[in-house]
Amino acid sequence: MSTAPSIEHETGHGHHAEPYQGGVMRWLTTTNHKDIGTMYLTFALIMFFIGGAMILAVRAELFQPGLQLMQPEFFNQLIGVHALVMIFAALMPAATGFANWQIPLMIGAPDMALPRINNWGFWLLPPAAALLTLPFILALFGIGDGAVNTGWTLYAPLSVQGGMGVDFAIFSIHILGVSSILGSINIIVTIFNLRAPGMTMMKLPLFAWGWLITAFLLIATIPVLAGAVTMLLTDRHFGTSFFNAAGGGDPILFQHLFWFFGHPEVYILLLPIWGLIPHVLGTFSRKPIYGYKAQVYSFIAIGVLSVVVWAHHFFTAGMPVPALLYFMYSTMFISLPLAVLFFCWVATMWRGAMTFETPMLFAQGFIVLFGLAGLTGLVLADVAADAQYHHSYFVVAHFHYALFAGGIMGVMTGVYYWLPKWTGHMFSETLGKWHFWLTVISFNLTFMPQFFLGLAGMPRRIPDYALQFAEFNAISTVGAFILGFSQLIFAYNIWKCVKGGTKATDKVWEGADGLEWDLSSPPPHHSWEIQPVIK
Amino acid sequence: MKILYRFCLRAGISLSGLLLAVLPSLAHADYSWNFPTPVTPIARDTLEIHNHFMIVITILFVVVFGIMIYSMVKHRKSVGHQPARFTGPTGTVQWIWALVPFAILLFIDYVLMGIPAYHAVLDMEDTRTKADMVLKVTGMQWKWQYEYPDSGIKYLSTTSTPREQIANKEAKGEHYLLEVDNPVVLPVGKKVRILLTSTDVIHTWWVPQFGVKRDAIPGFLRETWVKIEQPGTYRGQCAELCGKDHGFMPVVVHAVPEPEYLAWVDEKKSKLAAAAAGSDKTWSKEDLLAAGKDVYEKQCAVCHQSEGQGLAPAFPALAGSKIVTGPLLSPEGKLLKDSHVDRVLNGKEGTAMQAFKNTLSDTDLAAVITYERNSFGNKKGDLIQPAQIKSLR
Ligand SMILES: [Cu+2]
Repeated sequence: MSTAPSIEHETGHGHHAEPYQGGVMRWLTTTNHKDIGTMYLTFALIMFFIGGAMILAVRAELFQPGLQLMQPEFFNQLIGVHALVMIFAALMPAATGFANWQIPLMIGAPDMALPRINNWGFWLLPPAAALLTLPFILALFGIGDGAVNTGWTLYAPLSVQGGMGVDFAIFSIHILGVSSILGSINIIVTIFNLRAPGMTMMKLPLFAWGWLITAFLLIATIPVLAGAVTMLLTDRHFGTSFFNAAGGGDPILFQHLFWFFGHPEVYILLLPIWGLIPHVLGTFSRKPIYGYKAQVYSFIAIGVLSVVVWAHHFFTAGMPVPALLYFMYSTMFISLPLAVLFFCWVATMWRGAMTFETPMLFAQGFIVLFGLAGLTGLVLADVAADAQYHHSYFVVAHFHYALFAGGIMGVMTGVYYWLPKWTGHMFSETLGKWHFWLTVISFNLTFMPQFFLGLAGMPRRIPDYALQFAEFNAISTVGAFILGFSQLIFAYNIWKCVKGGTKATDKVWEGADGLEWDLSSPPPHHSWEIQPVIK
Repeated sequence: MKILYRFCLRAGISLSGLLLAVLPSLAHADYSWNFPTPVTPIARDTLEIHNHFMIVITILFVVVFGIMIYSMVKHRKSVGHQPARFTGPTGTVQWIWALVPFAILLFIDYVLMGIPAYHAVLDMEDTRTKADMVLKVTGMQWKWQYEYPDSGIKYLSTTSTPREQIANKEAKGEHYLLEVDNPVVLPVGKKVRILLTSTDVIHTWWVPQFGVKRDAIPGFLRETWVKIEQPGTYRGQCAELCGKDHGFMPVVVHAVPEPEYLAWVDEKKSKLAAAAAGSDKTWSKEDLLAAGKDVYEKQCAVCHQSEGQGLAPAFPALAGSKIVTGPLLSPEGKLLKDSHVDRVLNGKEGTAMQAFKNTLSDTDLAAVITYERNSFGNKKGDLIQPAQIKSLR
């Protein structure tokens, strides 16, 4: 790092440090948080389209009863790899990309604290993604029986029985886990040590707070997942019986371990989004964030609660009544901190002076649709009703409201909000609005019918279904294709914005508030070499 | 690459064709918006809880987003609204206003919904009190076995939807994918304790109209109960991904009045006795082959395919298979390890090939082994008698 900071560098007016140039080696060896952030986000976008293409093939098969396009074996591979790609290779890298770009800018740090680990954290991802999808390609050449075919949950003993795709998935999860833990350590160290002088923890931007809790959750739960899949590996190849009753093991042990990771994972994906939403709402309401402290405490409460409610994911596996009651009531309790967040979001907009640029539209769409996820989640916590919802399309609809509307639309909010800062150009508002409305409408067209399919009794993960489910499935497929193709607008808009467009001002948005908006747009390659002082 | 190309081509053709064919029919189809009609006390409970929940969350949704939309209309820059600067509640009144919603939420969670949920859970899990009979359900790839311990009845229940319908070569029947060869028969008005287990992977037994869904876990027993209130045929299916034919593992229950049920038990018993008697007589090769073809179609063709060609790479071909065309038994008439008979009887650990001695009768086993050795181009010419199977068990 330069030891001779220049003042005009920091004010960002008139002077721009030349962006560092270079070929492939620049990207392979970079330790710059902005470069790495860009790579994370680009990778996430590519994988988003790959995971999306997989599920469009699934929806095409489900368009009508009967098997038209594929055999059940291939169908089972697509659903599981779709989920793993979307969760581990699209949503999580997108959030990490945000963290890389934004946390140093927002807390006044010159870079991430551990730049080399940062580089490694990213470059572990492409091989992991390759491992996950390679078995598809090998199968085309007649090697092996395709990718993991157990759904993303990898439940034993089905996964013990599965082909080599399961082994590929296990190693992929190990690598992704290492990458996540490295990223988490980096974020925690950066937030604890590189904050601008005067920025106490209770002045930390909410986005950084959200990520901080996510980072701790990742460090707490990824090793459990890694342990579970390693046990699976030894059950498969080395004669252990962790999950085999005949050898004294228990298949349900896998579910406990998996969901000890799996439930916090939902909040791992959502906390960075909950962190960024208030910034966007405040900016476009031209008002300070409402209930900052309440939101911080809610983040912490949700983080803690998330590791003690896991068994609500398998009530139907059967457990003692006290366990059922405990997991039901503790799950319901999460509605409280979550309601605090909703309250603060609405109160941040209340009596503001709102304008509705694309990021604001996405933030508001997020609130409404994620609200539906929260409400249906509350219903799912009820053990008695859950017996009917569980393993059905009701659950599929619920978690897509949580992870598409909550996760992916949250990421889109962030991209539209910060893209002008990153590129120095404004994106096309017209295209942004088209993208928003097409996404919201087709998203509901896709997933609303799935609630009703679940209620009517359609199980999830079936390649073919009874005739009574035909109509809603057809509607859902039409919605999914519109939803999928609408995302091309998103990619095009980003591409155009990177290439050029109206010059963005430093502040970009009239109501923007925070350190990142004091820098130029785009910020110099090395920013905050002299840390700002927070009063 | 050829597979990929074929896939794209087929996707393109069917999608464009289907879109035109299906869209008009969407307008006048009958849609189901809620749980199917409940026929057990639990299902009624669940439906009631679900309906209450839906009303409550609809109210919450409307109120919260009503406020938000009101704000979006009134508090916008374009109507000249000036932004306030508050960042939290100030003063007692505002604090009360801010805390009231959370008090309401806690009330909803733990009183309005929590108390009925508590009673429903206790009721759902009370499988033992006043149970009139027991039904044991065993899930296996990809069929169910039903066992009535009180009357010693035990049989398999497999999908009866023809493969041609699934492959769109025939018109689909009314109960497409929700029909089986041997349904469960249960008496109306009796509390039936259901025990569940599995022989391979986890399955889930689910009949939506009963309001129960419970996992069948290999090596463990789980339980639930039903008390069906109306006679009728109730359909459901396996709800936990269990491999290739997870979508083709239906559950069909015939609920009948008790006298009819008792008559069915007698009839089933005498049929099973007749089948057992068959294992003592010596069968002709023709009879074994004919019976074996039936068994093969129902139990084996799912994986090994109807012409014995298998389904690479998970399910090996039987046509020309080294195992199938290997020696039948040792010269002393003993079971040879990893022989054809051993595979069929004891299965193969870690694969979908299950130990069929647990589910098939001596006659069925003898028939299907004989059939496999003399079909699909396999010309062993030998046969095995049910009595021999009996001694090998
Ligand atoms: Cu099953």
